[in-house]
Amino acid sequence: MSEPTDLTAAQAARAIAAAELSADELFAAYHARACADRLNCFTWLPDEPAPSASGSSESGTGHTDAVRGVPLAVKDLFCTEGIPSQSGSKILEGYRPPYTATAVQRLQAAGAPLLGKTNQDEFAMGSSNENSAYGPVLNPWDPARVPGGSSGGSAAAVAAGLAPWALGTDTGGSIRQPAALCGIVGLKPTYGAVSRYGMIAFASSLDQAGPLTRDVTDAALMLRQMVGRDRRDATSLDFPGEIALPGAERLDGVRLGVPEELTGEGIEGGVLAAFQAGLAQAEALGATIESVRLPHAPHALSAYYIVAPAECSSNLARFDGVRYGLRVSDGGDLTGMYIDTRHDGFGAEVKRRVMLGTYVLSSGYYDAYYARAQRVRTKIVEDFAAAFAACDLIVTPTAPTIAFELGEKTGDPLAMYLNDFCTVPMSLAGIPAISIPCGLSGSERGLGPGGAGLPVGFQLAGPAFSETRLLDAAYALERAFAFDGSPVRARVGA
Amino acid sequence: MTDFEPVIGLEIHIQLATRTKMFCGCELSFGEPPNTRTCPVCLGLPGALPVANAQAVHFGLTIGLALGSKLAPRSIFHRKNYFYPDLPKGYQISQYDEPLCLGGNLGEVRIHRVHLEEDAAKLIHVGASGRIHASDASIVDFNRGGTPLAEIVTEPDLRSAEQAGEWLRLLRTTMRQLGVSDVNMEEGSLRCDANISLRPAGSTELGTKTELKNMNSFRFIERGIRAEIARQEKILGDGGKVIQETLHFDPSPNAHPPITSLRSKEEAHDYRYFPEPDLVPVAVDEQMLAAAAAALPELPAARAERFERELGLSADSARLLAFRLELGDYFERALAAEVDPPAPPQVLANWIAGDLLARLGDVEGAGGDPNQSRVAPEALAALSGMVAAKQVSVGAARQVLDRLLSEGGDPAAIVQAEGLAAMDGGDELAALVTAALAANADAAERVRSGNAKAIGPIVGYVMRETKGRADGGEVTRLVNEQLGI
Repeated sequence: MSEPTDLTAAQAARAIAAAELSADELFAAYHARACADRLNCFTWLPDEPAPSASGSSESGTGHTDAVRGVPLAVKDLFCTEGIPSQSGSKILEGYRPPYTATAVQRLQAAGAPLLGKTNQDEFAMGSSNENSAYGPVLNPWDPARVPGGSSGGSAAAVAAGLAPWALGTDTGGSIRQPAALCGIVGLKPTYGAVSRYGMIAFASSLDQAGPLTRDVTDAALMLRQMVGRDRRDATSLDFPGEIALPGAERLDGVRLGVPEELTGEGIEGGVLAAFQAGLAQAEALGATIESVRLPHAPHALSAYYIVAPAECSSNLARFDGVRYGLRVSDGGDLTGMYIDTRHDGFGAEVKRRVMLGTYVLSSGYYDAYYARAQRVRTKIVEDFAAAFAACDLIVTPTAPTIAFELGEKTGDPLAMYLNDFCTVPMSLAGIPAISIPCGLSGSERGLGPGGAGLPVGFQLAGPAFSETRLLDAAYALERAFAFDGSPVRARVGA
Repeated sequence: MTDFEPVIGLEIHIQLATRTKMFCGCELSFGEPPNTRTCPVCLGLPGALPVANAQAVHFGLTIGLALGSKLAPRSIFHRKNYFYPDLPKGYQISQYDEPLCLGGNLGEVRIHRVHLEEDAAKLIHVGASGRIHASDASIVDFNRGGTPLAEIVTEPDLRSAEQAGEWLRLLRTTMRQLGVSDVNMEEGSLRCDANISLRPAGSTELGTKTELKNMNSFRFIERGIRAEIARQEKILGDGGKVIQETLHFDPSPNAHPPITSLRSKEEAHDYRYFPEPDLVPVAVDEQMLAAAAAALPELPAARAERFERELGLSADSARLLAFRLELGDYFERALAAEVDPPAPPQVLANWIAGDLLARLGDVEGAGGDPNQSRVAPEALAALSGMVAAKQVSVGAARQVLDRLLSEGGDPAAIVQAEGLAAMDGGDELAALVTAALAANADAAERVRSGNAKAIGPIVGYVMRETKGRADGGEVTRLVNEQLGI
């Protein structure tokens, strides 16, 4: 064994369980790397290089040893008791919640200590992590480029080896897209599989917590500690059966559906080439490739940018300066305090979406926008149901581009929104999807370390609660793709 | 001048007497120190989520059944968005176009809908005015925030302030009997707003309505509605137009005018209602329906109907007893007593509603609870039976009732001990009548010559002599007989 930080989470947990590695030593190693971070991945790190929270061993899940002692990086928007939880916003600067989010609590109860809180786009609104009040996160593959977003800090920290794994959230692609742009694994579970209690909400009907990890096994390992009904979240559900650790080596008999709508126009050439090379490898493993249709998928982004802003305009109303967080008042009246607080506390993208959402819910506009978007959403659900009659899993590129340059799209919100073109349909349908790195693109332009290119994500999606099948297929493909992220970890850590 | 007919509809909020709040596990507050019954959910902290209270849904269904509403198999919660410091999330979770209960009626008033929602927190304005404007500071107590409310909306079926007051009392009794709320206006567990409009008598079209708020007692409701009717009458009588607006009623005697505008329709909030994505629909299953049905006692309107139909009570007596739970219960306990001679229901009802309540100091339908008195229902039943069988006179029975009120006991024993038994119409009474005629010869002559009212002193003589034991009717009969009329 060279360095403890070279181990995946599963390997580290095994080493700790076998007493070959001490949890404190592992924590200290990651803490040191995180403290030396030059990518701006973290918004909070403990002062002491020792576990700040250790869980009890009496977790009921029966897998406690599988994560015990493996430090966990957690996206800023998860409430962590007594620890700043700011959702990347100035309006919550220094806010320390009195309770811990259920997803974090379950992982802590299974023995994963909190390594730090990770940077993100403000209130999870963004695809580049440039909307954080605490500065942008840099992509470890090329610090002139964005890591994706909104879970950019979580993705970059894992890719750079500053954390063994991280917790993120995905509303329209906020786990999968940064995972793709940083060359790691990111899984958005079925809506309702993981409790949202304690996640500072962006869009309630879409938000889901999920893992960002170095490999598929780690994603399964983290996910199975998190899932299950939580009586504090009315939309959470019992997970049917158990999430098994993946072990498939072949894809014999697995039908992979390639939707025309998400694999053609708008996808960058190099990304499409890497995706198609991935398909060929899947076929070599025994999978059959089917062409499927998702006729309403091209409308998904439009529907998403009505539903999500509508919900966020209401979810963010609580940030009014009355009880917690920022308050800006010149001693004038109540309305003045509301206006000044929200004017100074929210960033431009958040304001844009709050205004969009307020507009689409307004009297006289509701039917034309919100009600119509919900009908589109229903159509998309039906599209997926029809597609899954003809295939087992749907595959697409995760993002239409590789990591783009900082500032490249900040002046053009629509171009930024298009980066979620392939991930938003699954979010609207509430189905699980995983992104795994399938190769590099951009070498012809001399991009990336040594001009070898930048990572491309391969997305697999399945019907609701098909996580075990999804992870198994992703595991087989991961072995075939043999993507190697270790040089980046070694370089950043050096 | 045109006669106007008032058209009134009510919107009633009742705080449900659940153990915990509508969307969190905090226990309901009854005067605890401020902000001690709170949690991340009812404080609207970031990341907290609501979970609907099953007991509140059960109470809502019970109310719907009691009002004969259609219970929605599936209803949903909406968010009602607006900014105010007593609303920590920036929206109230309420129900909008898919409420728990639709339609129904209570008495002669139709119900439009019943839905569930959460109460706001309590704002206390520090400074001279007591209202938010011009106060030095406002402080918020979140103990009340999140208390479950049922909002009951009527159709515009009421026609006067008095009718509104009477109907609201019926509603209060009904809710109290259901056990779903304390329904106390002074404590705010029953709140009522009124939608009021006028139209020319005979017209079937509705006029422009106003919404009147802040009537926090039964007295103020009737006064407030009367004041608003008068205000609209003046406007329309002068040829003006009523403006649709929300009005505030100030009950203090030096409030001139008592009714002021809160906001007009133009300033009305756009609440941007949309389905609450943090909650799942309320799906009512057979089990929930059965539980609500099982929780349903006999309600005042049905009880009054039964009193009339089965016991032959007059409509007035039946309503008076049935619409006040404690009177109805007392009446039925008395009726169940095995007394000989038996008490006819109407006689018993008259004794409860008349002499007994008057002696209990009952004022405006409040205060007198015979269950709390020393008069056992069995005793009143026995007394009523004796009166009906003419074993005691009404006058003597009143004396017995006074004794029962001060000491309790058995009326037959009191009659025995005090010698209050009615005299039968035998020789003893006839002799007393003869003596009375002799002692009041002038009066006897006037009666004989056709002045029936002159009989008073003669009957009074007999009553004095018998200490009220004689039956007035029998005395009159004997007087007439002896005078040859």
